[in-house]
Amino acid sequence: MTEIAWLIPIIPVIAFVMIIAFGRRLPGEGAYIAIAGMLASLGMSIALAGQWFAQAHTEPFSKSANWMPGLSVNMGYSVDALSCVMLLVVTIVASMVMIYSIGYMHGDKRFPRYFAYLSLFAAAMLTLVIANNILLMFMAWELVGLTSYLLIGFWFEKRSAMRAAKKAFLVTRVGDVGFLAGLVLLYLHTGSFDLFGATGIFENLSKMQVIGPLGLSLAGLAGLLLFCGAIGKSAQFPLHIWLPDAMEGPTPVSALIHAATMVAAGVYLVARMYPVFLADTSHIALNVVAYVGAFTALFAASIGIAQNDIKRVLAYSTVSQLGYMIMALGVLGYVAAIFHLMTHAFFKAQLFLGSGSVIHGTGTQDIRQMGGLRKKMPWTYWTFLISTLSLCGIPFTAGGFSKEEILTVAFANNPIIFFAGTLGAFMTAFYMFRLVYKTFHGEPRNKDVHAHESPKVMLVPLGILAGLAIVAGFVGTPFNNLFEHSMIPVLGAQFAGELERSMNGFAPGFNLIVFAIATTAALGGIGLATIIWLVPILKIEKLERPFGWLAKLVENKYYIDEFYNATIIRALMISAAVAYWFDRWVIDYLIVNGVGYLTLVASAAWSWFDRNVVDGLVNLVAWTTGFVGRSIRYLQTGVTQQYMFLLVVSVLIISLAVLGVAMLSGDRAEAAWIHLSFRF
Amino acid sequence: MHSAYGIPIWWFLTVGAMLFCIGLMGMMIRRSAVGMLLSIELMLNAANINLVAFGSYLKTPVIAGQIFTIFVITLAAAEAAVGLAIVINIYRLEQHIDADKITAMKL
Repeated sequence: MTEIAWLIPIIPVIAFVMIIAFGRRLPGEGAYIAIAGMLASLGMSIALAGQWFAQAHTEPFSKSANWMPGLSVNMGYSVDALSCVMLLVVTIVASMVMIYSIGYMHGDKRFPRYFAYLSLFAAAMLTLVIANNILLMFMAWELVGLTSYLLIGFWFEKRSAMRAAKKAFLVTRVGDVGFLAGLVLLYLHTGSFDLFGATGIFENLSKMQVIGPLGLSLAGLAGLLLFCGAIGKSAQFPLHIWLPDAMEGPTPVSALIHAATMVAAGVYLVARMYPVFLADTSHIALNVVAYVGAFTALFAASIGIAQNDIKRVLAYSTVSQLGYMIMALGVLGYVAAIFHLMTHAFFKAQLFLGSGSVIHGTGTQDIRQMGGLRKKMPWTYWTFLISTLSLCGIPFTAGGFSKEEILTVAFANNPIIFFAGTLGAFMTAFYMFRLVYKTFHGEPRNKDVHAHESPKVMLVPLGILAGLAIVAGFVGTPFNNLFEHSMIPVLGAQFAGELERSMNGFAPGFNLIVFAIATTAALGGIGLATIIWLVPILKIEKLERPFGWLAKLVENKYYIDEFYNATIIRALMISAAVAYWFDRWVIDYLIVNGVGYLTLVASAAWSWFDRNVVDGLVNLVAWTTGFVGRSIRYLQTGVTQQYMFLLVVSVLIISLAVLGVAMLSGDRAEAAWIHLSFRF
Repeated sequence: MHSAYGIPIWWFLTVGAMLFCIGLMGMMIRRSAVGMLLSIELMLNAANINLVAFGSYLKTPVIAGQIFTIFVITLAAAEAAVGLAIVINIYRLEQHIDADKITAMKL
């Protein structure tokens, strides 16, 4: 199976090409092709993962083909526990989302194109997780960015969707510059784009131990640059601004790309390149990662509290949870981060699909218009509730296990991060239950909204993902952490040892203190939400008086967008205006128009010469001919006798002239001949 | 230079030259197209006299001069036929044969 693992990303490519080429003529207008391709990839991924986890591996399986001969650049794929998990996550969520989309996108005028884009996205994402080469990873990374752009702007007639697509593309591009720089730095010092093998990057990181300013080693610098890419893609502060706007795309797209898979690519990148971070023995890069993640987790969670758009709440929740994963990576929670990535993919995809079902059923995204949907959409409600519980980290759900593992690692390594994580868990529970209560409980607030349950094709994926949101956690319980056992060898012997040393002998496992604190935080958040929105003991109006300014600040997302508009965008606009002025007046006017003017003058002079001198000569010849003709035409009278007369006179004159010339020149022989002639 | 007949050649030549000049003058002066044709006959006959005279007065006389003259007479007959045909056609078109007034050759 490992030998043909490269087929997994190829199948969606074939589906993409088929749908683009044949579109509506395919069964199900292309949807069935895309789903069949995705299910085939899913089947192969399951088989591959089953085979891989059944055996004990120490080395990743890696296979390359020469890509650019002469530059020693290869292209290839690798199979290890990390890529197996990512393949499963991507194919499962993508399959569910595609099936769900049949119902959600029913009747859309660009239905086939939607599935083509989804297939292309899946192909790119699968390539990203299976690549054994950082250059190929970068290409796939950019390709998922492109498909994200295409799908956010799928309804490009909407101006806001168009702008959101552009914003997402440009903002992530800022981070990608860092990724590219990190990639080049790694290549320059290790001489390879390959990750594995004796000449690969990971084996040669010892060459990057040079310590620079602030005690940062070269490896750490490379790690930080790669992390810039992750900041962009995983929507970490300060580049988080694109993700909430990306909710303009179709909701299943939000579920697949902007919740479960693509935004997790940043986390995956850091995890995949974790040896680079570990090679930086000062752990400066890892600390930056931890604090950025923790700050983002809290910051986004606080914004999530005050949003009224169901998808935006989930979007900020996603940013916050991604921060959680990044934070986990920063405090050496390598396994915990990937575990949370996996569980988060399932329950967050489910939540987004659930919100899509709500939007489909009510026709609005504003939770102030909803309420009481519990009875009208029972399937959506129950599955949504299960995923919410998982997201809040209630014990014995998938999210509960993964969040607890993160907090355990943070507890052991960094108390500040642990505190931030706990606070984040509390806030997550709070805003998620606010969302649940406002959407599904109480009485309908808008009588014009006639909610109805969604079709089965949408409910089945909801159910499957909700199931996974519970059971996916059992691979990594703190009592028997299978996930940890299979994931640690991914780092390789050297860096697994390095990770163990860095943990100072701490062995992750069940920790009663952490369990108690985390559970209390989650239940506390739920409880607070309950007494505000479900059983209104605390009146929201009373809270708004002392905290009004805070609410306004949070509701407006801390004015980050406005800040960027006033600084970076404005600076760009001004520099663009200056460049425009320079272009318009110096390049265009002075240089281009100047050359043009000089050419005009020169050509005018040449034209004058041509008209007057050259043409004049030509006209002179013609005029002369005409003049001569006019002058001697009087000779032609038509009277035969005049011609005769002229003839005779001419003969006489010529004869006399010849004779005269002969006489004068003294040509004796000729003169004698003429003389003789007369003698006859 | 005298011939066997005791008459110098320039007598013949003088007659020929005079005849030619009369023909030439007639050609240039006569108004009637028929008169012009007559003048042409005179000039041709002047040439014939010269041809016969030169043929006879060579050191070894040749018959070629006289034969050439017969050709010229034949040619003159043909020329007169064509010329008269033209004249008749002109008369039919213009009701006169006054050479001064026939200027159709003018462009």
